Amino acid sequence: MRLSPKLTQRFAWGVTWVTGVSTVLILLVIVGYVVAKGIAVIDPEFLLTPPEGGLTAEGGISTAIVSTIYLVGITLIVLTPLGLGAAIYLAEYAPANWLTRLIRYGIELLAGVPSIVFGLFGFLVFVRMLGFGFSILAGALTLVCLLLPFIIRASEEAMRMVPQSYREAALSLGATKWQTVRHVILPAALPGIVTGIILCIGGAVAESAPLFVTMGGSHLMPTSLFDQGRPLSLHVFYIAMETRAFDVAMGTAVVLIVIILAINGITKWLSRRFQAKMSGGA
Amino acid sequence: MSRYFIDRVSKSMVLICAAISFLVLLLIATFIAKEGMPVFGEIGLGQFLFGGEWRPGDGQFGILTMIVGSICVAIGSLLLAVPLGVACAIFLAEVAPHRIREIFRPAVELLVGIPSVVYGLVGMAALVPLVRELGGTGFSLLTAVIVLTAMVLPTIISISEDSIRSVPIQYKEAALALGANHWQTIWQVLLPAARSGIVAAAVLGMGRAVGETMAMIMVIGNSPIFPNSPLDSVRTLTGNIAVEIAYATGIHENALFATGVVLFVFIIVLNSVAFLARKKEISQ
Repeated sequence: MRLSPKLTQRFAWGVTWVTGVSTVLILLVIVGYVVAKGIAVIDPEFLLTPPEGGLTAEGGISTAIVSTIYLVGITLIVLTPLGLGAAIYLAEYAPANWLTRLIRYGIELLAGVPSIVFGLFGFLVFVRMLGFGFSILAGALTLVCLLLPFIIRASEEAMRMVPQSYREAALSLGATKWQTVRHVILPAALPGIVTGIILCIGGAVAESAPLFVTMGGSHLMPTSLFDQGRPLSLHVFYIAMETRAFDVAMGTAVVLIVIILAINGITKWLSRRFQAKMSGGA
Repeated sequence: MSRYFIDRVSKSMVLICAAISFLVLLLIATFIAKEGMPVFGEIGLGQFLFGGEWRPGDGQFGILTMIVGSICVAIGSLLLAVPLGVACAIFLAEVAPHRIREIFRPAVELLVGIPSVVYGLVGMAALVPLVRELGGTGFSLLTAVIVLTAMVLPTIISISEDSIRSVPIQYKEAALALGANHWQTIWQVLLPAARSGIVAAAVLGMGRAVGETMAMIMVIGNSPIFPNSPLDSVRTLTGNIAVEIAYATGIHENALFATGVVLFVFIIVLNSVAFLARKKEISQ
């Protein structure tokens, strides 16, 4: 039997409504559940005292917050110049030949490789061969490798979106190639580049697997880059696995979610500005 | 300093940045392959890939149970997430009233960024006890599939929705002008036109599903055995690396790197298939 198109449509509408609304609601409930459970344990003391470690979940998360800040800071310091430089080369200088295509393909490919594989590399090279041991530095450098493809892609795309007429105008005024890049293209592409960098911060904060195998996970306060560290995402993991104190883990997760929300908000605002700028109004 | 000098220096600086970046990316591939290589000599490729026993203490290094584990989890979650995700995408792009869309779309975008450990945590705290009611310990394939579905859904929804919305409006107008109703237009015009985007979403979801590590360790139980039922505990390839690398030595360590090689090759194959599919579509 064939249903009439009208009936089919009514049926399809029912199905999409039910799945659409329920799926999104279920996903929101998951996050809501974490927030509802976790918010109860969050107070200034929780944020400012160190965890006691061992098999108890007593204490707060101050060391995890500090670890996260160190980790993200070091990652950005290495990642941004390297990635931006590479992106400038690819967008403005690279000749259109097989080598450039190969590099682009390699970047594309590595963006999809599971993060634990980067963890293996970090463990081998930074922890072992370079002798940093399980440390914040090893974790940060591993994240640099992981995030390089993303930052290169995002920055290159932002620079490619700058209209060709900008370059022509600058060059015809007698500017050198670098002056054009430095004073015309980079400022125009800046919001896009910054968006990419902020997304990388989000990635660094959310990432866990490669850090699990390179940072050691000590709950103590790190005092140098060569100390072990346990960022927030790993703290959620350790607390849940070692102590089963889910409320404390949820409290930590809420802090993570708030950071991600803030990053999300900033990127959205920036990309809206960027689009407005690119579509003509400055 | 003349500006021409600066121009030349800057050019070499960005070239060096590009070279370092590319070199690092190249090193990752070669180092992991090099560390994994001894396994193929000492254990043998066949024994490594198709051996069902993983007992590092006895020198048994077969990863078939973990390959099966990873594939079961990934396929299971995609079977749930792709239909659900596409239905949600259709809903958000074509069906939902403006006001619902304005709330749901940013909500989905937000969910994309939620760290995977958070999903793992919810799985452990809320889902594991529920699954335990069905039998077993609750740390199981089924739990992992559900957690992973929730994790990849936002990505699949937002990419599919983007691709449905980027179908040229003329397609829709033409179909409607020919007398097709809205659903016929969606089903026979918009979805086929958005196919490459939906396939890309599924491929990305597959990559994330196979690559997910910590959330899987938290809910899957991590026993390297073949699952007889969805309630059995299994271990994934990624989990195997993460759990054992810190204390592995010698050939055991090499075997974990070789596990990384397997993951690497899998992603290359997956991306190449997606790339070829896209190319074929364009040439048609």
